[in-house]
Amino acid sequence: MRELRRRFERCAAEGRAAFLPYLTAGLPDPDSALTAFEAMAEAGADGFEVGIPYSDPLMDGPVIQEAARRALAAGMDVDRSFELVAGVVDRTGVPVIAMTYVNPVLRRGVARFMADAAAAGASGVIVADLPVDEADPFLDAARDAGVDLALFAAPTTTPERLARIGRARPGFVYAIADLGVTGERDRGSRRIGDLVAEIRRVTDAPVVLGVGITTVDDVRAAARLADGVIVGSALVRRVLEASPRAAIGELGAAVAAYAAACRRAPEKPLHGE
Amino acid sequence: MTATSTGRFGPYGGRFAPETLMPALTELEEAFTAAMADPAFRGELDGLLRDFVGRPTPVFRAARLSERLGLDLWLKREDLAHTGAHKINNTVGQALLARRMGKPRVIAETGAGQHGVATATACALLGLDCVVYMGAKDIERQALNVYRMELLGAEVVAVTTGAKTLKDAVSEALRDWVGSVETTHYIIGSVVGPHPFPVIVREFQRVIGDELRRQMDGRDRPAPEVVVACVGGGSNAMGVFHPYVEAGEDVELVGVEAAGLGIESGRHGASLGAGSPGVLHGALTYMLQDDEGQVLEAHSISAGLDYPGVGPEHAYYKDAGLVRYEAVTDAEALDAFHLLAEVEGIIPALESAHALAWVVREAPRLAGRRVVVNLSGRGDKDVEQVAALDA
Repeated sequence: MRELRRRFERCAAEGRAAFLPYLTAGLPDPDSALTAFEAMAEAGADGFEVGIPYSDPLMDGPVIQEAARRALAAGMDVDRSFELVAGVVDRTGVPVIAMTYVNPVLRRGVARFMADAAAAGASGVIVADLPVDEADPFLDAARDAGVDLALFAAPTTTPERLARIGRARPGFVYAIADLGVTGERDRGSRRIGDLVAEIRRVTDAPVVLGVGITTVDDVRAAARLADGVIVGSALVRRVLEASPRAAIGELGAAVAAYAAACRRAPEKPLHGE
Repeated sequence: MTATSTGRFGPYGGRFAPETLMPALTELEEAFTAAMADPAFRGELDGLLRDFVGRPTPVFRAARLSERLGLDLWLKREDLAHTGAHKINNTVGQALLARRMGKPRVIAETGAGQHGVATATACALLGLDCVVYMGAKDIERQALNVYRMELLGAEVVAVTTGAKTLKDAVSEALRDWVGSVETTHYIIGSVVGPHPFPVIVREFQRVIGDELRRQMDGRDRPAPEVVVACVGGGSNAMGVFHPYVEAGEDVELVGVEAAGLGIESGRHGASLGAGSPGVLHGALTYMLQDDEGQVLEAHSISAGLDYPGVGPEHAYYKDAGLVRYEAVTDAEALDAFHLLAEVEGIIPALESAHALAWVVREAPRLAGRRVVVNLSGRGDKDVEQVAALDA
């Protein structure tokens, strides 16, 4: 518990936001998945979002859909995803956030899912289609298990909803940086500054920014505002397009560049410092 | 029952959607409630249903088939509604709602193409931009409807993910909406999806059951003893059942799902008959899923029933014993398709043929009883597919 918060605080003390690469569990293939996470840890990842593949990922664009399809076809399931999480935490010491959708959690049982996530060493859980309105049983189970559950705030979220999200005491807030599903964008989001500021007004929970963050410049802009920055599709695409061995090399290089961009310029005083 | 404020029917329903969409769902709920309380909106809707859609649709006594089956068979002729199916009832209502909300763009999913055609039609009528998501497999088996949508000015987008059928088209429409929600209304085609969609679609489809209760009220015509409708997502069935459930009338309600190649084959669309509770497309309902909660692919000869979920209010009706849910196979539906054409001069949609097929199978048990089949659509769209199967 509180592993994520400690990690964000340590990064802030070092003058940077945490960089959190996303990768679907079982990519590039189940045998080399652990190596891929090790390469990203060596390149400077501060935490990981590990996607547990789901057949109908409504919040994901074509790249992560394809990654989920490949992972499922390669036999990845919830148990094997949690085994990978345990391996990643054990080998890298980097905190892991497990990400999935509501139905696999319900099917396993909400309490059991959260307990299994915690037992695997996950520090946090993200459920992409879980709004605050339906989140109470999930939040309770996550607290009981000692993992931090995310609630979301989007550019469309109203002040009333944001206040409700704050009152629900999420483990952390996933700020959706742009309208639309996950995927690379050819322009940065223009609204993240206001969004993160509004979230800070309703909660002291850590804030991560994700969805649509594509370039090193996007990461640099997000790192000035949020405690953590997530890049998914831009990394996953490199993995889908390369051989497993080449993919791991590319992941390392890309993560190093993104992680460097998370260092905040010293003249910019930051929230909480 | 009506839904609770959080959109629950018993334990079912709810609003499991990405946060980006949640404010739009609230906005939609408020706009719908205000519109339905506004006499001007109701007046415009009623006028369009009468003059544009052609309502009320008739009830027709199928005399020759009644004699053949040994029962008293009536058909609620939704196949005679403009565009050839009940789908237009919902799309005209929701397109009016989109215009009222100031959203110039509409998206929709379609399986058989009937909802896509009905959406494109309503958008042409009201001058709204229209994009329809359709599985690539369905585009193949419903080529005529694709061209109809294009004639009506809609853009048809082929969905190539998953099984390339209705489920995937719904997912893709929802993904579009996550990015376009500020300018776009999603006209969902059935009583599925996150709250308030199941309530909105039911309220726009209940005109079927409201009419039927007036048309067969025991005065000019006798009241039905059994009312039968096919169930994919379940909008035509909800439309005809809900007024009877609400009134607490003593009538047997039967929903007929697609048994595909047989329930035991695992290749079917019987979410209520062979599925289990889970969250699909934003609502807790019965669905086809594996032990891990991964969504299974449905199968049906009929694209409109080829869906691994069902509206959450049907899930509630099933558990509460308010409606009986049965299933018939592709082969039984195909036989009923031919039977109605040959004996009554009506070519039904393959979806609607499922409802009739159950009556045919159960005819001995239904002997002498007054049965209404909701003939939800006409079969022109299916003729090419059936011709290929018969060849």
